[in-house]
Amino acid sequence: MAGHSPSIDSKTLWGGGSSPFNVSYGKIMMWFFLVSDAFTFSGLLISYGFMRHSFAESWPVAERVFTHFPFMHGDHPLLYVALMTFILIMSSVTMVLAVEAGHRMDKKNVTKWMAWTIVGGLIFVGSQAWEWYHFIHGTELGAFQLADGTIVQWVDAAKEAFYLPGKEQVMVSGAEAAAMLKNGVEVYGANLTVNEYGLPLFGDFFFFITGFHGTHVFSGVVINFIIFVNVLKGTYEKRGYYDMVEKVGLYWHFVDLVWVFVFTFFYLI
Amino acid sequence: MDFDRTREYVQHHSEAEGKVQRKMIWVIFWVLLGITAVEVTLGLVWNEIGLAWPFVKWTFILLTLIKAYYIVAYYMHLKHEYKNFIYMVILPYVVLVLYLIILALNEAVYVHDTHGLL
Repeated sequence: MAGHSPSIDSKTLWGGGSSPFNVSYGKIMMWFFLVSDAFTFSGLLISYGFMRHSFAESWPVAERVFTHFPFMHGDHPLLYVALMTFILIMSSVTMVLAVEAGHRMDKKNVTKWMAWTIVGGLIFVGSQAWEWYHFIHGTELGAFQLADGTIVQWVDAAKEAFYLPGKEQVMVSGAEAAAMLKNGVEVYGANLTVNEYGLPLFGDFFFFITGFHGTHVFSGVVINFIIFVNVLKGTYEKRGYYDMVEKVGLYWHFVDLVWVFVFTFFYLI
Repeated sequence: MDFDRTREYVQHHSEAEGKVQRKMIWVIFWVLLGITAVEVTLGLVWNEIGLAWPFVKWTFILLTLIKAYYIVAYYMHLKHEYKNFIYMVILPYVVLVLYLIILALNEAVYVHDTHGLL
């Protein structure tokens, strides 16, 4: 009878009593998506591990690549990425506080914490842009690419002697260095084909993994913003629950979770 | 007719319960921050204080897994879901990823050892 459904109570409609998981449909689907996304990120990080183990001796040390800090001179390894990690953890806290406020139907606090989460996400994306800029731009001194493609690091600004890549620093200087320097080019910064810090593969993985994560953060900010507007409009207040905030919350925590792993495997190890 | 099935599964809690939850959220925040601080400090000083790299590396991995546990269990609330839901989410992931890690790293070491031979 189209247009006139008798009111069957939802327990009957389900056919099996209550949901076996006691979780709303939207949240289950978000979890499914997150598991599949986790596989993608794991694939990227594991392939990073594969290449790193394959080129164990010549792999650049991330600590020596990312040493810049805004408004500060000199080398500050790990400091900047630690700050980024802090920002993302902080925005995870504000997100979970928004979810908690939603459970109490506290519209004012959901609005406040969602707003802070969006701010945190934007700062994080901005920080990543800044780091990309420095990685692409490179150092003042640059490096040298020998005829066979090997990247060697200058000993000093005179650019007459250099270190070969490897665990022990092997210095080449004098006539031998001059002969090797005849064929080759100076390189500055990194892109997908050349990388002054060492293997181009390192740059490729850096751009792909942090880029893929950054895209997640950015889309998370956009989705958070849409939900934020709905919160402001009172959509969920009218609906009687803030399940939507929980769903975007799950996504946002996942983004933070991925960063925890990127931080460890890309920057620390 | 009410086809809004979500309504049946949403959780609400009282102001008193909210207070408890917020305290838990901040405690976990300090745990996460503390672990991150330890990681960064260790990353900066391990060489000077003479720790062996494998030890440092596995400490990093262990601390990361602890952080991941707190985020997933408490912030994503997975700890308080039904057992069968937890297994459905965690088991396929853990089994397949462990398998991939073991395979990939094993092959990577082999590839590394063949450099210069092929």
